[in-house]
Amino acid sequence: MMADLKLTQKLWSGGLIVLFFAGWEAFCLISGMSDLILPRPSQVIETLIARFPVLWPHILQTLSTTMVGFALGVALGVFLGAMIGVSRVAYDTVYPLLIGFSSIPKVAVVPIFVLWFGSGTVPAVLTSLAICFFPIVVNIATGLATTEPELEDVLKALGASKMDILWNVGLPRTMPFFFASLKVAITYAFVGTVLAETVASNRGIGNVMMSASSNFDVPLVFAGLFILAALGVALYVAFSLIEARVTGWATRKNDLVAA
Amino acid sequence: MPRPALAVELSQASVTFGRGANSVPALAATTLRIPDGEFVALVGPSGCGKSTILRLVSGLVQPSAGVVIVGGREVAAKALRIGMAFQNPTMLPWLTIEKNVMLPLKIVQPFRAAYRQKKRSEFRDKAHALLAQVGLKGFASRYPWQLSGGMLQRANLCRALIHEPRMLLLDEPFGALDQFTREELWSILQDLWLSYRPTVLLVTHDLREAAFLASRICVMSARPGRIIDDAPVAFQRPRNIAMTFEPDFVALNQRLRELIVDARGAAQAEVSA
Repeated sequence: MMADLKLTQKLWSGGLIVLFFAGWEAFCLISGMSDLILPRPSQVIETLIARFPVLWPHILQTLSTTMVGFALGVALGVFLGAMIGVSRVAYDTVYPLLIGFSSIPKVAVVPIFVLWFGSGTVPAVLTSLAICFFPIVVNIATGLATTEPELEDVLKALGASKMDILWNVGLPRTMPFFFASLKVAITYAFVGTVLAETVASNRGIGNVMMSASSNFDVPLVFAGLFILAALGVALYVAFSLIEARVTGWATRKNDLVAA
Repeated sequence: MPRPALAVELSQASVTFGRGANSVPALAATTLRIPDGEFVALVGPSGCGKSTILRLVSGLVQPSAGVVIVGGREVAAKALRIGMAFQNPTMLPWLTIEKNVMLPLKIVQPFRAAYRQKKRSEFRDKAHALLAQVGLKGFASRYPWQLSGGMLQRANLCRALIHEPRMLLLDEPFGALDQFTREELWSILQDLWLSYRPTVLLVTHDLREAAFLASRICVMSARPGRIIDDAPVAFQRPRNIAMTFEPDFVALNQRLRELIVDARGAAQAEVSA
């Protein structure tokens, strides 16, 4: 009964997504829209297939740049989040600085990175790092702040150090928050990479889209968008799967009891 | 090494929270001596500083004046191994009951040093033995949310005892449980105390609980609290629930109740005056 319901739901949402693209296709055909303005999805996919050998190295470039920037962003975010969550002094000094930094539009930072490191991969990695670490910091800090005071008392009375409490209670408790922030951060990381590639690089999907649009090769621009969307969705799904395994205790109950 | 005869010694210890005009006296100068292995219950009107005494003994709070000596040394030195349990069982939701119970072994020496080697053998058996003793045999690999409140509180007692503490501090551990579960847990706690003989300091609102479990009851006045009555409880052990309906037990309860009602009345008269 339940399984039927779930399956029906999935079929419905799948059908609606297909309908969305079909509607787009139909709209372009009926209105006689020029493919210089809005190409049809079928054209985009055609372009994607035809140009795939050329696009492939750029896909790899964007993906690897994003993954490196994201990994560094996670490391930095966890470190800062743990510091802010544990130490009052760090909270008072680091938090205002971070909020200031995250309020700066990252487009404004790319030229500085280029100035320091030249154009290419390094500024793209840094931009993606800079844009994705903030939600991780906030979520880790919040997770640490929600530790029950009674449990902390129990452990302190045992002579536990701050590190003991952080390691055994604080960090495991932040896991659900951490994964929630990872899913946000990975999509941000793509934004950062593409941003920097558009401004200052001769490789990557961002650059492909930039040069395609200056050639009025609009289907190729849209092919770039489709690739980015697909990469984003794929990584989002990957983290959701890991999340379900690691933090099953937070979503718990009926599913697990039955298992 | 012979054990110090006194487990806890408060000499004119007082606690004041905050400073200057905003300061709140939580505990008036209190003197309390607890011999090793005794079971002491602290009762009194709410907000009287019972929990503050517990926090003083555990070293979570420092006295504003006076001296607190636990296990022959000032509390900061942590001379005694301490186990604690609160009303909220605070089991970690991502660990099984067994792992939750073993948590102190991961932190307290000398267990800590051997934790990696023994967590699957000796320490696990130790946890299982304790769990069996409180009637949780077969629940070791369950998760906390699969257990009822009463079961969680039993596991909480196990966690407070797994590292063989010489001192057990309990802050209304059974406050959130129904009457029948509570009475069941009294007997379990009594059995645990009889088999390990730690010094116990129990804070409770429940006068029957105090009279059933303790070998000595201290009654505190309203805030800022001080000890206004300190009397031994002579009933034979092991005690059972039927005993709680005998005249002597009822009389003790009534005496305690009157003391607390008077303490509350005095505090209220002071406020309205």
